[in-house]
Amino acid sequence: MRIVIDDDLCQGHGVCESEAPEVFELGKGHLVTVLEQSPADSQRSAVEAAVRFCPTHAIRLEED
Amino acid sequence: MTTIDSAARLPIQVSGGHRADGHLDELRTDPIGLMERVRSECGDVGMFDLAGRKVVLLSGADANELFFRAPEEVLDQAEAYPFMTPIFGEGVVFDAPPERRREMLHNQALRDKFMRGHAATIATEVETMVAAWGDEGEIDLLDWFAELTIYTSSACLIGPRFRSQLDGRFAELYHDLEQGTDAIAYVDAYADIESFRRRDAARVGLVDLVQTIMEGRAQGPAATEDDRDLLDVLMSIKNPDGTDRFSPDEVTGMFISMMFAGHHTTSGTAAWTLIELLRNPTELALVTSELGELYADGDEVSYQALREMPHLESAIKEALRLHPPLILLLRVAKEDLEIGGFTIEAGQMVGASPAVSNRIAENFPEPDAFRPGRYLAPREEDRTNPWTWIPFGAGRHRCVGAAFAMMQLKAIFSVLLCDYEFSLAQPADTYRNDHSKMVVQLSQPCTVHYRRRADARRVGGSS
Repeated sequence: MRIVIDDDLCQGHGVCESEAPEVFELGKGHLVTVLEQSPADSQRSAVEAAVRFCPTHAIRLEED
Repeated sequence: MTTIDSAARLPIQVSGGHRADGHLDELRTDPIGLMERVRSECGDVGMFDLAGRKVVLLSGADANELFFRAPEEVLDQAEAYPFMTPIFGEGVVFDAPPERRREMLHNQALRDKFMRGHAATIATEVETMVAAWGDEGEIDLLDWFAELTIYTSSACLIGPRFRSQLDGRFAELYHDLEQGTDAIAYVDAYADIESFRRRDAARVGLVDLVQTIMEGRAQGPAATEDDRDLLDVLMSIKNPDGTDRFSPDEVTGMFISMMFAGHHTTSGTAAWTLIELLRNPTELALVTSELGELYADGDEVSYQALREMPHLESAIKEALRLHPPLILLLRVAKEDLEIGGFTIEAGQMVGASPAVSNRIAENFPEPDAFRPGRYLAPREEDRTNPWTWIPFGAGRHRCVGAAFAMMQLKAIFSVLLCDYEFSLAQPADTYRNDHSKMVVQLSQPCTVHYRRRADARRVGGSS
């Protein structure tokens, strides 16, 4: 899987960072940074929660 | 969108609007009717005339997406709402650019990590207000929720100490401010009309209340570290000569602007969620049993309000879709641009309408019916229509308080529906919105009856 962020939509709420701290980090500019573009399958449920609970629906998951 | 196709045409103007002030009068009496007519006559891109100024009205997913993705340099928000300046006061920035808003989100109370504390605060405020209810009675939904959300928003955004110094007077004055949003402001924001006179008197009254609180604090003992709120912080900032940096007028302007976006919106949505649930008993039963199960093990509102409550959340979303608190979102075009084969000229206003887009039948089957089931898997019509399910707007300007609002509504209904049974106190079709002002509010009367449940228990929220 591959993580795609829509920068037009991200407002930096930080919900993804709470859900999957190993994959997402809120940078100084308050836009999210993806630490792991193609995370391991063990992160899948956390990443899916981040996608689901993102308040602005800014995260998309593309399957390889 | 940036390149102008030479074949692009000007948008078609909707019928009507033959008076000197164009469609202004219709916008002040039946704005949704006007905007629906734009869509039915002109399609996704149409136009109406606001006292000589053209407003290009967009609807549908493609046009809305361009609207919501446009950067501030192309579609500017700050100029589009002249009716707000007399309310906030000169110099209080109505709309910061997106970058600044992101910073505000981070510096402020809306961050994810503060939500649990806010949920507890909100539950306490609801319990404080229902404590005066007795076993049975009637409330006016507009008055009651407007007062409640003054207390919740002041407690969460400014601090419990400031909230504890407010009473019903603040809510009454605040209501007069919200009523001072007549679209006549597009012609003259200081026109000599009753609602603007009340607006200006209300702002003076609010400054007086805040000034009295500030004087009391200046003379009284300093707040303890735990008690210190945003007002204490603002009062502690001094000019180099030792005088206060912020006058009572400026502080009041800041507080008004902080509370504005979350006040009439949340208050109206709470009222409409309750009205729609009472009109749809099957849906109400789903919500009450969902809450009953969630609270059966005695968990606190502060904890539960942050969890998924699919039925209550869907009911709130559906109330938002049918009765969006903001019916027209506006920008000013800063350059010529093209949308859907039509040219929009620099200086024209551009609008998107949640009231119209939220009811597009191709996206939302049975568009006029209350069907919370449309948000449950596999339909999830809010997620599958991100550019037409737009009660919170979309894109870079999406409401930054949406998550807070949803949590707040869940906390409010957790207390109300666990402890009370409600019923409509007037015929179901007599609950309506008043569209005579840009800030939409319920028309009065809008009363419901409540009765304390035999099995009511205190769902604790004040731990």
